[in-house]
Amino acid sequence: MTETRYIKAINEALHEEMTRDENVVIIGEDVGAPGGAFGGTRGLLQAFGDKRVKDTPISESAIVGLALGAAMKGLRPVVEVMFADFLPVCMDQIVNQIAKTRFMFGGQFAAPLVIRAPGGAGLNAGPQHSQSLEAWFAHIPGLKVVMPATPADAKGLLKSAIRDNDPVLVLEHKALYASSGDVPAGEYLVPIGKADVRRTGKHVTIVTLSRMVLDSLEAAETLAAQGIDVEVIDLRSISPLDRQAIFSSVEKTSRLVIAHEAVKSFGIGAEISAMVSEEMIDVLDAPILRVGAPFSPVPFSQEREYLPNAADIVRAVEKVMNY
Amino acid sequence: MTKPKDPAISAAIPNDDGLMDLHHSMLRVRLVEEKLLQVFADGKIPGFIHVSIGQEAVATGVCSCLTPADTIFTTHRGHGHTLAKGMELKPFMAEIFGRANGACHGNSGSMHVASAEAGVGGANGIVGAGLPISLGSAFGTAFKGEDSVTVVFFGDGASNQGTFHESLNLAALWNLPLVFVCENNGWAQFSAQKAYMKIDSIARRADGYGMPGVLVDGDDVLKVRDGMRQALARARAGDGPTLLECKTYRWFGHYAGDPQKYRPAANVEQARTVDCIANFEKFLIEQGLAGRQQLDDVDARLRVEIDEAIAYAEASPAAPKGQYLNDVYA
Repeated sequence: MTETRYIKAINEALHEEMTRDENVVIIGEDVGAPGGAFGGTRGLLQAFGDKRVKDTPISESAIVGLALGAAMKGLRPVVEVMFADFLPVCMDQIVNQIAKTRFMFGGQFAAPLVIRAPGGAGLNAGPQHSQSLEAWFAHIPGLKVVMPATPADAKGLLKSAIRDNDPVLVLEHKALYASSGDVPAGEYLVPIGKADVRRTGKHVTIVTLSRMVLDSLEAAETLAAQGIDVEVIDLRSISPLDRQAIFSSVEKTSRLVIAHEAVKSFGIGAEISAMVSEEMIDVLDAPILRVGAPFSPVPFSQEREYLPNAADIVRAVEKVMNY
Repeated sequence: MTKPKDPAISAAIPNDDGLMDLHHSMLRVRLVEEKLLQVFADGKIPGFIHVSIGQEAVATGVCSCLTPADTIFTTHRGHGHTLAKGMELKPFMAEIFGRANGACHGNSGSMHVASAEAGVGGANGIVGAGLPISLGSAFGTAFKGEDSVTVVFFGDGASNQGTFHESLNLAALWNLPLVFVCENNGWAQFSAQKAYMKIDSIARRADGYGMPGVLVDGDDVLKVRDGMRQALARARAGDGPTLLECKTYRWFGHYAGDPQKYRPAANVEQARTVDCIANFEKFLIEQGLAGRQQLDDVDARLRVEIDEAIAYAEASPAAPKGQYLNDVYA
């Protein structure tokens, strides 16, 4: 175990996977000598050369489509899209091409590729550089979507994603890039599709992900002082969703709050809430509540006010407990 | 822009230069699609189909230069390219009929037929979407040190998509072993080329990306083949991509059953007087390379093969219940 920053853990995963498999290639804008906009690909060009670390023009559709074609030919491309907000620029390639390649061609071709993209707010980056769009992608059969909250998960999920035989979208959180945590050195894989119980508790379950895991843990501390024992589940993977982990926890607590940074309306909280309502109607002791952002683009100057936080989670849990 | 090489059609074509194969390939595509129109009208094929009748010289001229190791990507109007590249007719037909033993398990239909075996990386229902994917195919084979080439077919309409610009720029920049084949049939769905483009020749656009642009008569299979041979030689020599524009005409509507209110029937009739297959047969006979009876025999044999493929497709089982769930993830 070494104390490592989230962005460094990503970089470590890329180094290790490129060393392990010569078919792993890095593709993206300024991923070479500059080492990526946030430093995720730093040192890879020097270590592996320009045959495997490919700087591209600013052409997101071409880049992501190129990764698909290369994957169909047996490579393991890892594409960096500089901000998750730019994924809509290449949405056709992701949704109509990459996600459907295995299906549409009856398994004759596969798309084992990874798209890394930083999402989320917290850096005052404004409406076009701060979004949390995971629900869009989780809605598309054929894609896998993961969102690491810790440096260890950032490393372990990325390594698993590179080895996966299907396309995986790794939505990193740019406000977490500078965060630190213990990361196992060397081989460390976090399975895709497995949630992590970050705190055990018996009164209420909080299902959360990405940066909101930190807010949820903070809220849990506050609530513990009031005698409310909260269980915090970090989804890590949105698709496939670890339904069993959610069911097992709610089986125990009978109460559920879902917290995410994305706009609350039509978000993954709605899906999880509906799923638990359908499957556990006899278990629930209270209605399910969601915590999420208001129905507005991420504002530049009022970002802090806009973003859901630990206090919002505390209020939701109190409401569920007092029902 | 590089001037198209334009040899007289009869000049110095050796008898054994695959000419009968070209004829066989073009006629096979024509007869398959005529049959598809018929069975579609009979209600035997679900969904919709887009035929390339009249444009066979492009598919055949291009694909006759390729080996199974080369890869093509094609469009919604891709039956011809796919068959000319060498896909087996039975799994092709069973897919279009939506059967379990179709090449894509009945998940794709006419618009997304693919064959890994034949090097057909897939037809595509999104205009211009094949171009970025073809970049990766070419990059992947070059990365692995293979000398195979990737070819992407697209239409005149697709050349107005952003993916065209992005892909040509990147392919030229990276010197990829790729040939961009613009099959300009004059129509983007219901609109004539002049309605959405200021220029006549799309090949001119190549200059803006730093690659040769070559315009050939897409109704003359030998001229298409000649243009393709030059483009392939460049790609195989490591000299990078070429934009090869093949000018032809779409004889039928955008889709089977299109009432075509957007164009006068007389214009279509006029265009159909240029028939790549009839012209090539005339050439073969005039040059003493084939007799009428010989060509008719090819026709008869193809009809038997096609009828057998139709019968195979019709006799094939439907995809099993829930089959669609099996191919989503590994």
